[in-house]
Amino acid sequence: MKYQSQSVAKAYFYCAMALFGIQVLGGLLAGWIYVSPNTLSEIVPFNVIRMIHTNALIVWLLLGFFGAAYFLVPEESERELYSVKLAYLQLIILMVGTLGAVGSYLVGIHGGREFLEQPLWVKFGILVAAVIFLFNISMTVLAGRKTAITNVLLMGLWLLCLLWVFAFINPDNLSLDKMYWWMVIHLWVEATWELVMAAILGYLMLKLTGVDREVVEKWLYVIVATALFSGILGTGHHFYWIGTPGYWQWIGSIFSTFEVIPFFLMMSFAFVMVWKGRKNHPNKAALLWSLGSSTVAFFGAGVWGFLHTLHGVNFYSHGTQITAAHGHLAFYGAYVALNLAIFTYAMPMLRGRDPYNQVLNMASFWLMTGGMTFMTFVLTFAGTIQTHMQRVLGENYMDVQDSLSLFYLMRFGAGAAVVVGALLFIYSLVVVRKREVIQPGPAQPGPAQSVAGE
Amino acid sequence: MAEILTKTRARNIFYGGSIFFVVVFIALTAQSHRHIVKTSTAGMPLTEQVALGKHVWEKNSCINCHTLHGEGAYFAPEIGNVMTRWGVADDPETAYEILDGWMQAQPSGIEGRRQMPHFEITEEEMRALSEFLRWADQTDTQGWPPNDAG
Ligand code: HEM
Ligand SMILES: [Fe+2]
Repeated sequence: MKYQSQSVAKAYFYCAMALFGIQVLGGLLAGWIYVSPNTLSEIVPFNVIRMIHTNALIVWLLLGFFGAAYFLVPEESERELYSVKLAYLQLIILMVGTLGAVGSYLVGIHGGREFLEQPLWVKFGILVAAVIFLFNISMTVLAGRKTAITNVLLMGLWLLCLLWVFAFINPDNLSLDKMYWWMVIHLWVEATWELVMAAILGYLMLKLTGVDREVVEKWLYVIVATALFSGILGTGHHFYWIGTPGYWQWIGSIFSTFEVIPFFLMMSFAFVMVWKGRKNHPNKAALLWSLGSSTVAFFGAGVWGFLHTLHGVNFYSHGTQITAAHGHLAFYGAYVALNLAIFTYAMPMLRGRDPYNQVLNMASFWLMTGGMTFMTFVLTFAGTIQTHMQRVLGENYMDVQDSLSLFYLMRFGAGAAVVVGALLFIYSLVVVRKREVIQPGPAQPGPAQSVAGE
Repeated sequence: MAEILTKTRARNIFYGGSIFFVVVFIALTAQSHRHIVKTSTAGMPLTEQVALGKHVWEKNSCINCHTLHGEGAYFAPEIGNVMTRWGVADDPETAYEILDGWMQAQPSGIEGRRQMPHFEITEEEMRALSEFLRWADQTDTQGWPPNDAG
């Protein structure tokens, strides 16, 4: 760690991991209710548990982004943060707001727009925190060296904070409400967050592979260009059936199909950089998470997104378990895994030591990724059957659900693996064990001459 | 990547193109806003009562179990066409009675069946909720859902 002020990131990452724990435990409980529906039904109903699950996810991902910005911007800008105090103040506001929101959900106080259920005072808290953040980070960047990475990162963060304004716009007209709601939801995960993801991934590749900055930065601009060119009009794939005009069926189908491209490019970028760079960075776990993130994001967002994005398909699959399958793998690959990549990379430095617990960390990668993949498959099977029985044959919703119980049981098993993986991950970063579970072999010098096949 | 695509060019394409798409998107959004107000939701007036009903829907976080026009949680049935499913889309009084009867009967307590909670809702709010759901049902959703099962 070159700059003292980078250490605020540590507090952000710890808080993020605590909420990550709450998120997956909430998810596991929700998955259990699908298996055994009477569980807690009169004490904490499903809708409350789901709010905690989704809200904790969104906040911890944002905390991770903010922490990542506080970690990498000083290095990129070659100067200390504008204000460490403001950064801590921002974190306190966000944590008080989040825990306040969770508490108020448990006593039945909440809004009713999906993902935006936070009571108004929490929404304002988030707004204030966002303003503090933008001020603090922009002042740092403006005074220092400007790079494409900070450029793209800041643009993503500025735009995502601005879009938060739509969290306050809730027209009485349900169709208008829905249309503006997507300006937060879709334009976050399929536009502005992609900019943040690409910037963090670019930074990780720069550090882990040792490839030239020029190369990384050119890739970066191409990736984010394809992200916004497709993602903005791609919003149309949510405007098929909510009262918006019919032309969105064409615009949405065409542009959201192009949304696959940035995810494909990010995956290609990560692998090409590793291939070209050949740097033997000691933090193998961070490299695994970076490659894993871009790959699973391509499948979760790109492939599973495309699966149901054409309006002819979406007419039947809209709002089924297929949507749930896609939502889970996309969030996991693109944003969860990317955050875990930067945590894995940064934590050893923030704690002033060499990378530690790498074997445990990598084991947690496979547990979580295996679990999420399995969950996605079973939900996709369940969703396919649901689509056919309910949307094609017209059978009653509850009857159809009854015939899917085996899939929900398997989903719970997959979720359990994810929870074990998540707890193992947190343990591997928080607790520094004296020795690796498996000792690393001796370092090998790179090959002197080119080897056949290169 | 070929040399014609320098970093500066890539950056400029990114900025210029993004601004272009933002402008197109804003124009289409404005047009869609007008379409919603004037056409697709114009089948039934958006009264105070409907607005109150929407508020009741939100206050009880119904969306985190149900879907409404296909959006929400996937734990409980679609509500956007429930009035059609019950055959009361054009009959406010019966719509209210069936909805009220349904809500009062929850939770069913049946072992192994997903449970809907009991909600404290006044008669005024229940009537408003019923009108909100009838209002949502008359929205022109381009023919979705494919059938009454929702
Ligand atoms: C990392 C990026 C992405 C994330 C995190 C993500 C997440 C989600 C989530 C959570 C939903 C459900 C929203 C709701 O509650 O109604 C959703 C819906 C949807 N997503 Fe994505 N998504 C991503 C990228 C994509 C991409 C690239 C595509 C298309 C190629 C896509 C296509 C869709 C479609 C069509 C729906 C609507 C499904 C329905 O009709 O029920 N998504 N996405
Ligand atoms: Fe989307």
